[in-house]
Amino acid sequence: MAWAYTKKAAFYLLVLVIVVVSVFPFYYAILTSFKSGTDLFRITYWPTSISFDNYLSVLNQGSFPRNVLNSIFVSTLVVVLALFLAVTASFALSRVRFRGRGLLLMTILAVSMFPQIAVLAGLFEVIRGLGIYNTPWALIFSYTIFTLPFTVWVLTTFMRDLPIEIEEAAIVDGATPWVIIRRVFMPLMWPALVTTGLLAFIAAWNEFLFALTFTSSNTTRTVPVAIALLSGGSQYEIPWGNIMAASVIVTVPLVALVLIFQRKIVSGLTAGGVKG
Amino acid sequence: MTTETMVRPAVADSGAKRSELLAQRVRAARWFLVPMLVALAIVAGWPLLRSIWFSFTDASLNDLYGAEFIGFDNYLRWQTLESGRTIYRGLLVDDAWWNAVWNTVRFAVISVSIEAVLGIIVALVLNAEFKGRGLVRAAILIPWAIPTIVSARMWGWMLNDQFGIINDIMLRLGLISQKIAWTASTDTAMTAVLIVDIWKTTPFMALLVLAGLQMIPKDIYEAADIDGVHPVKQFFRITLPLVRPALMVAIIFRVLDALRIFDLIYVLTPNSPATETMSVLARENLFDFDNFAYGSAQSTLLFFIIALFTIVYIWLGRVNFDGGDR
Repeated sequence: MAWAYTKKAAFYLLVLVIVVVSVFPFYYAILTSFKSGTDLFRITYWPTSISFDNYLSVLNQGSFPRNVLNSIFVSTLVVVLALFLAVTASFALSRVRFRGRGLLLMTILAVSMFPQIAVLAGLFEVIRGLGIYNTPWALIFSYTIFTLPFTVWVLTTFMRDLPIEIEEAAIVDGATPWVIIRRVFMPLMWPALVTTGLLAFIAAWNEFLFALTFTSSNTTRTVPVAIALLSGGSQYEIPWGNIMAASVIVTVPLVALVLIFQRKIVSGLTAGGVKG
Repeated sequence: MTTETMVRPAVADSGAKRSELLAQRVRAARWFLVPMLVALAIVAGWPLLRSIWFSFTDASLNDLYGAEFIGFDNYLRWQTLESGRTIYRGLLVDDAWWNAVWNTVRFAVISVSIEAVLGIIVALVLNAEFKGRGLVRAAILIPWAIPTIVSARMWGWMLNDQFGIINDIMLRLGLISQKIAWTASTDTAMTAVLIVDIWKTTPFMALLVLAGLQMIPKDIYEAADIDGVHPVKQFFRITLPLVRPALMVAIIFRVLDALRIFDLIYVLTPNSPATETMSVLARENLFDFDNFAYGSAQSTLLFFIIALFTIVYIWLGRVNFDGGDR
């Protein structure tokens, strides 16, 4: 009996450790973001006083609000574009049998796992050639390299799992593949589109290497670059309070979205391959 | 799934009509694929080829188009001095590059191994039934949802030598006797990077393993219990082999991610040779040091290292991505 209790206690201790380790850094960032002045450099584990100074300074000085808008604009557009191209492509890849399909799927997966640095030089040339360097279009263009293969891959997995019967009636009526996609698949695919779109959105929102390389002015940067480059005159003047406030501002909506769509996100993440 | 079964006898009143329908489907499929393939060719295929091309030229950042072909000189070139001594130069004999390769490989192996072990533990916990399971799952999604840059900054603050809470906790617990400059000191910089990466990506590993765990039928364990098989043995003989396919896929995704790591290191430990990885070094050469061609050579080599690894892994591990062509 005592052994059973010990086991149970150990289990709950493990659960507690997992939760605390997961949540603590975010909690501490929030705690720090509400400190100001010398309070910042006094280590506390619980909130002592609340000050909005950091938030006011991040939102009123510099180009942070503009960076947030840039991020929203770029991520939204790149997701819409990727989904638009991916729906028809994944129909072809999942419901029609043709030669070379397996190879094509592997290529798409390979592109989604690409080391981004390998295309950086070439992309830079293309972006300069198109005259979109240092504009949001440079990012929308380059982010397609990871959002498109990802959305195609997940939607293909999703469509492959739908039963044959749903298409049958439409085929009997002589509907063309385009009509089948619009009338039969689209209504069924909303949940999958939302999940995939959300995951692609998060990936685009978090992207750093391309954003750092293809934009060069404060007003065109996205949020991750802005936060990475927030710094003071020297190592000892890093504005930690502002950095934490900015971090909390961009992370809270993301965490909220993820928690709301928890189940969908988990299924979307695992759809990327684990069916073996 | 075959088209033959999709267009079952229901419409097969005549063979000609059926094959006409089939042909129409395949034709439509081709057209459906064209826009995506064109897009991928423009954003991935062409830039990759150009990057490889640049690595064989003397291109510089401000003169991309005047680049001239110089063969393998960026990779290896040599010169024999009058004294008879031969001097080798180029990427293949560059210590900074091999240091970066070593850093990247070391980082990938250590981080993914620890993540795999921790991921399995977390997945096993989430697979058990207990009160508050939903809450735990929500909690582990938080590190995953936080942007890498933000987590690098958050941890950078927590690992700060003077005002960091990690040093404070460890001092209070008596684990260390004096404050450690985690990110600045060359001895601990890699540890700091590993801590943040493991914290951030273990949830991904756990979720993939959990998906694998949930597909194991419960009655296997019931049978094992009846036979009196010890739980530890059950884990190694039943759980691990059955969850292996999911684990292999999770591991390859993570390794590929780890081998190209850039953002975490760029922000958490800037300019530290102890953590500089292939991607960080290549970007530095491309855009900061004005060694565009040399940086291209580095990124090309990185690409081939990763490609080689992937092929070997898939071949040796017989990883099945397709999930069966049902």
